[in-house]
Amino acid sequence: MKVKLNTARYCAVFISLAALFVLTVIWSINSGSVTIPVREIWRIIFFKGAIERGELKADLSAFNIIWKIRLPRLMLAAVLGGALSLSGFLLQTFFRNPIAGPFVLGISSGAKMFLAIVTIALSAWMPTVPVAVTVTAAFLGSMLSMMFALLFGGRIKNMSTLLVIGIMISYICSAVTDFLINFAKEADIVNLTHWSMGSFSAASWRDVKLSALIVLPTVFCVFLLSKPISAYALGEGYAQSLGVNVKRFRVLLILLSSVLSACVTAFAGPISFVGIAVPHICRVLLKSSKPILMIPVSFLCGAVFCMVCDLLARTVFSPTELSVGTVTSAIGAPIVIWLMASRRRDET
Amino acid sequence: MEKSYFELRDLSVGYGGRPILSHISLDIRRGEIMTLVGPNGSGKSTILKTVTRRLPAVSGEVFLDGEALRSMDAKRLASKMAVVLTDRVRPELTTCFDIVAAGRYPYTGCFGLLTRRDREIVGEALARVNAADIADRDFTDLSDGQRQRVLLARAIAQEPEIVVLDEPTSYLDIRHKIELLEILRSMAKERGVTILMSLHEIDLASKVSDKIVCVSHDGISASGAPEEVFSDESVRRLYGLERGSYNAALGSVELARPEGVPNVFVVGGGGYGIPFYRGLQKAGVPFYAGILFQNDVELAVATPLAASVITATAFEPVALSKLSEAQALIDSCDTVIDSGCPTQGANRANGELLTYARARGKRVLSGHLELKEALL
Repeated sequence: MKVKLNTARYCAVFISLAALFVLTVIWSINSGSVTIPVREIWRIIFFKGAIERGELKADLSAFNIIWKIRLPRLMLAAVLGGALSLSGFLLQTFFRNPIAGPFVLGISSGAKMFLAIVTIALSAWMPTVPVAVTVTAAFLGSMLSMMFALLFGGRIKNMSTLLVIGIMISYICSAVTDFLINFAKEADIVNLTHWSMGSFSAASWRDVKLSALIVLPTVFCVFLLSKPISAYALGEGYAQSLGVNVKRFRVLLILLSSVLSACVTAFAGPISFVGIAVPHICRVLLKSSKPILMIPVSFLCGAVFCMVCDLLARTVFSPTELSVGTVTSAIGAPIVIWLMASRRRDET
Repeated sequence: MEKSYFELRDLSVGYGGRPILSHISLDIRRGEIMTLVGPNGSGKSTILKTVTRRLPAVSGEVFLDGEALRSMDAKRLASKMAVVLTDRVRPELTTCFDIVAAGRYPYTGCFGLLTRRDREIVGEALARVNAADIADRDFTDLSDGQRQRVLLARAIAQEPEIVVLDEPTSYLDIRHKIELLEILRSMAKERGVTILMSLHEIDLASKVSDKIVCVSHDGISASGAPEEVFSDESVRRLYGLERGSYNAALGSVELARPEGVPNVFVVGGGGYGIPFYRGLQKAGVPFYAGILFQNDVELAVATPLAASVITATAFEPVALSKLSEAQALIDSCDTVIDSGCPTQGANRANGELLTYARARGKRVLSGHLELKEALL
């Protein structure tokens, strides 16, 4: 019997995404309020040590722009974009619903609420809230709203009901946040609003390192789970009959996706639609939903998607910078609508 | 006596520690097909869920090849037991091959990559259910019949010693039902795979199974070989049939007998009368039937539908007493139906009945068209 192997397609997707990744990196570094020629970028990136030691001459301002501003921002966008997309993929697997994502389930709003509480509470004592605190607060908020969703999830078997609960949690958190904002100082409101739009600006290498330290091991764990994820796609009953410990697997799945989305929300604020749109694009590209392919491809594609969106946010209305959330929504929402509309009727 | 392969010992099943069926003891030998039948909601699925460890047993034990199911390693169990569930499977962008390949789960390595041998086994499983041609098709694009076959192939690819199926024939048309059950039969007989399933179609159940278990609302009401378990009366009791009837020998079902005092007499025989009996039943017209020989297949339909049937001993001329009995009934009717059964030789008595009816000025209808017009 002959079974068609789509290896060629899979390789093509991988290679073109990798190429796109490199291209986006170069393009992003190249463009902005200061344009840096590609040859210069090449020298500055690959001969960093030599330039620092003064062995090689280079434009110092370009050197600083690349190493202190554009590169960390780009890397943060890549790591968090990948994390966001993968988190969406996991949530879609978990809820068996294509529109599940960190934004839809109220995870982002939970983070925002916590951030608002912390900012407003602490602003009485300190003028600027330290980054570590905001990151921790956002993280706790994400986990808390996820816990709520799961708490109801234990009792409610129907996945679409659970999704509705997620959306309701999101509304409750927004209401609390709006309520708190009435008592906030103007500066806090500005900060909070800025954060809640989602942005990769002001990224530092410390942010990149910290987020990579959280995201990359998590991605590795997810990859190790690709076999049970594929069995889970057939439904809990079949997964259990194949020897998957369904209860433990579900907890693991939700924990990993929470860590990913909480990390993104903490470092860059809520960024909508990446978690829904990117895994969909990947499925269409691969014409398959095998987790072993979907996990690396979603991560890579999410990284490229967020880098491109950030580039657009920076450059389209330059010198005014858009928030990256605006761009991801503007691009992601139509993609989601198109995908929903083109799905066959019997699948919904 | 052969040792049992799969045994339920004093098992109680239910949800949340509350048993809905208690003290179930059954055993199946290797290569046997056991079928659970019974009304909706009697707990067939609950039993199947318990023996596949989806539900914990309330009390009692299940043994697989002498080993307690409760303490078995999940992976080991998966290599011995496969299931076909009623759950809706809706994976996105997954080919039939991939669905069947999921059956290799207990045997593949940490990333679930298939070896050449795995691919062969998946191919064989697909071929076994005649689905090799749809291996590359997307699972969600298939018809119900094809899906069910692919899901069975998935179970086969798992190379189990026992397959548990929950109502595998629902949503299938008759051809696919027969196909599916034949595959199960050959798995059991040729490969010694033990099969435990639930079925709604008692007629098919009695034909495919070695053992039947009747699950009613108050527990296991009977179990054993189909011919021991199924009688017209036991099926009637099991399903609480108050209207309509079931014929165990033929596995056929008839709807409820029309009520009232008959005004119609059907002269049947040799199967000619069957469409008339059913036609009258549908129209709700009560009727008598006769004279039928006791070995006539038509009796299986006439008996449950007619208000009364005049029968005659087979292989003998019709006794005069029977003839006059029939004439008496005709006297009480206005209409007599000639089913068209030839009235020569041994069946001469029925010819005499028709002549008698005409002589008495009764309306004699023959053929379906006339009956239809008369019913209107």
